[in-house]
Amino acid sequence: MEVFLQQLINGITLGSIYGLIAIGYTMVFGIIGMVNFAHGDVFMVSSFIAVITFLVLVTWLGVGSIAVVLLICLIVAMVLTSVWNWTIERVAYRPLRGSFRLAPLISAIGMSIFLSNFVQVTQGPRNKPVPPMLKDVITLVHSDTYPVTISYKQIMIWVVTAVLLAGFWYLVQKTPLGRAQRACEQDRKMASLLGIDVDRTISLTFVMGAALAAVAGVMYMVYYGVVSFSDGFTPGVKAFTAAVLGGIGSLPGAVIGGLLIGLIEVFWSAYFTIDYKDVAAFSILVVVLIFMPQGILGKPEVEKV
Amino acid sequence: MGHDATTGSAPRADITAALKDALWTAVIVTAILGPFLGLLTIQSMESQLALISRWPLFLAFAAIIVGGRFLLTVFVWSRPPKAKKAPFQLSPKVERTAAPFFVGLLFAFPMIILGTLGAGGSIKWIDNFGIQILIYIMLGWGLNVVVGLAGLLDLGYVAFYAVGAYSYALLAKTFGLSFWMLLPIAGMLAALWGIILGFPVLRLRGDYLAIVTLAFGEIIRLILINWVSFSGGYAGISGIPRPTLFGIPFNASDSGFAATFGLEFSPIHRTMFLYYVILALALITAGVTMRLRRLPIGRAWEALREDEIACRSLGINTTNTKLTAFAIGAMFGGFAGSFFSARQGFISPESFTFMESANILAIVVLGGMGSLWGVVIAAVALVGGFELMREMDFLKLVFGNDFDPTQYRTLLFGLAMVVIMLWKPRGLISTREPTAFLKERKSVSGSLVKEGHG
Repeated sequence: MEVFLQQLINGITLGSIYGLIAIGYTMVFGIIGMVNFAHGDVFMVSSFIAVITFLVLVTWLGVGSIAVVLLICLIVAMVLTSVWNWTIERVAYRPLRGSFRLAPLISAIGMSIFLSNFVQVTQGPRNKPVPPMLKDVITLVHSDTYPVTISYKQIMIWVVTAVLLAGFWYLVQKTPLGRAQRACEQDRKMASLLGIDVDRTISLTFVMGAALAAVAGVMYMVYYGVVSFSDGFTPGVKAFTAAVLGGIGSLPGAVIGGLLIGLIEVFWSAYFTIDYKDVAAFSILVVVLIFMPQGILGKPEVEKV
Repeated sequence: MGHDATTGSAPRADITAALKDALWTAVIVTAILGPFLGLLTIQSMESQLALISRWPLFLAFAAIIVGGRFLLTVFVWSRPPKAKKAPFQLSPKVERTAAPFFVGLLFAFPMIILGTLGAGGSIKWIDNFGIQILIYIMLGWGLNVVVGLAGLLDLGYVAFYAVGAYSYALLAKTFGLSFWMLLPIAGMLAALWGIILGFPVLRLRGDYLAIVTLAFGEIIRLILINWVSFSGGYAGISGIPRPTLFGIPFNASDSGFAATFGLEFSPIHRTMFLYYVILALALITAGVTMRLRRLPIGRAWEALREDEIACRSLGINTTNTKLTAFAIGAMFGGFAGSFFSARQGFISPESFTFMESANILAIVVLGGMGSLWGVVIAAVALVGGFELMREMDFLKLVFGNDFDPTQYRTLLFGLAMVVIMLWKPRGLISTREPTAFLKERKSVSGSLVKEGHG
């Protein structure tokens, strides 16, 4: 029981990170029907921005308060990652819109290779450890054999994720921008006839996806305390799995899918073997796509002649 | 970055607009490159991270990008756009007459290299360029069956390459069977895996299929890493028997190739032999593909690529059509894999990462889907260019001695994929020669052909 509770806490933390990345995949797929392969690497870039900002604040400016440091890291990472993704969309995807379907996918794969190697070349191939922060834990269940604890950083991840998701939900559901975004998702041509700037809306979709990926990047840095240039691929594929599991195109689906993938991965590692945890995640992707291609909350795809 | 700002009226206004544009570019460049080029994270003695600044590097890059963009806006993009040229088309006649020359060149390539560079210097060129490029050409042609002809987007092709490589390595080491006996077995095993993996994903289309095949590729690689007693895990398998010429090994012993034919022993013999083996395998792949395109099954693949629903309503069994495409593509991957492990003598899961799949797919798509010539051109350009970076020592004179061109290979590779796609979204050769035609054979422009939703 204690093990179960502890893993539940860990799984939700990991799942929040996956869910935040998954939203970027699901929104882009929803609006332009493209798997943004480089999204995992955008997440990795954001975690590097967070590390660099962290170091500037702590070692150069000597900011002592950890809350201030993390808040600034979060804002800087969100802004700069958004600029990154905006530029990527502008340079690599927009000229290919309306071209044949494989072209943007190949361009995105090229961009993903470029991003991870760009970070490797400019920042070096070694892992970048940051000093541990928010180490203190709260013991929830006192037990001699297996005390169940929740750390401050886990609480922070939960709170930040929840707050930002609420804000994001408000943005998509209640603002003119979100309305334009949903309209483009349903019918791009009709939306443009009704006076919506489709290109701008798509750019903003990439910006929103990047901002949430940046939140995940900062959380990743805080949670694991180490980032590496190769960290984009696996979380990226798992987040995509989450998006598919939840039903691609559905925003709540992405969050639910992320949480499920996080929980499955953590429970698999705890109860079976840690070696095959990635195999488990990928197998779920395969099984879901084969038996339930529309996902948990997705709409079934209608084949039209 | 709107180009529309510069198509305005008076040239004066253009300069202002260009300056404004340059200013925006500067802001964006600072935002995206500033942290990465201007600052460097290094590990200090106590293995703690520290920052050092290198603003001159960043400023140099920023100046090049902003200045370049400004000049382009003022002088190039402001001109009225030229009329679009017709896409580059390789007429069927050229293709048919060029093919024998090309094949002849491939046969002569090692001889030419050997003649110009001598035995010592040529081994590197035949091995790194000749064999390496031919492996990718063969893989490209194999994947072309799945992606180019049948229109099934496969991102996990490297799995079959791995199946071929591990089948040869394990069977040769365990049972001591020869390369020639195991080559068809490895091909069959890979084809079997093609069917096993192909069967469940038949109902999927387009991007979903791509992601599931990617997942399959990763699953196979992760199993190879984790099932240590079977595959040796990360350490891989070493000491794989090398191929022999009908039982004559390429070594310095008395029964070796050199002794049998009264030659002086030289490692170049094996390299030459391997070159011709992969050349033969690649040509078989091309020949089989060209023949298959004319068979009913090949026509069914192409019909499937164009429209699956129409295909089904015409009574084509889409299940069998897709499975044969998967199996035949996988079989060629398996052949290439067993050749790869015989050539290297050592394999590990490191050789079968997603990057490999992406490379092969990039070769097929960049070359122009369905075009055998396109695959050749793309493989020579990408793999050859990749290998050529190793040779660019003269760059050290420009950038100083610390400059290591190999570091930038993958970076430029990724960039090249993006740039070629932007330049030619349909691939370098975007025409297709129809196999069925009325009265006259005309090439079809790629923009008229829909890619499959397979």
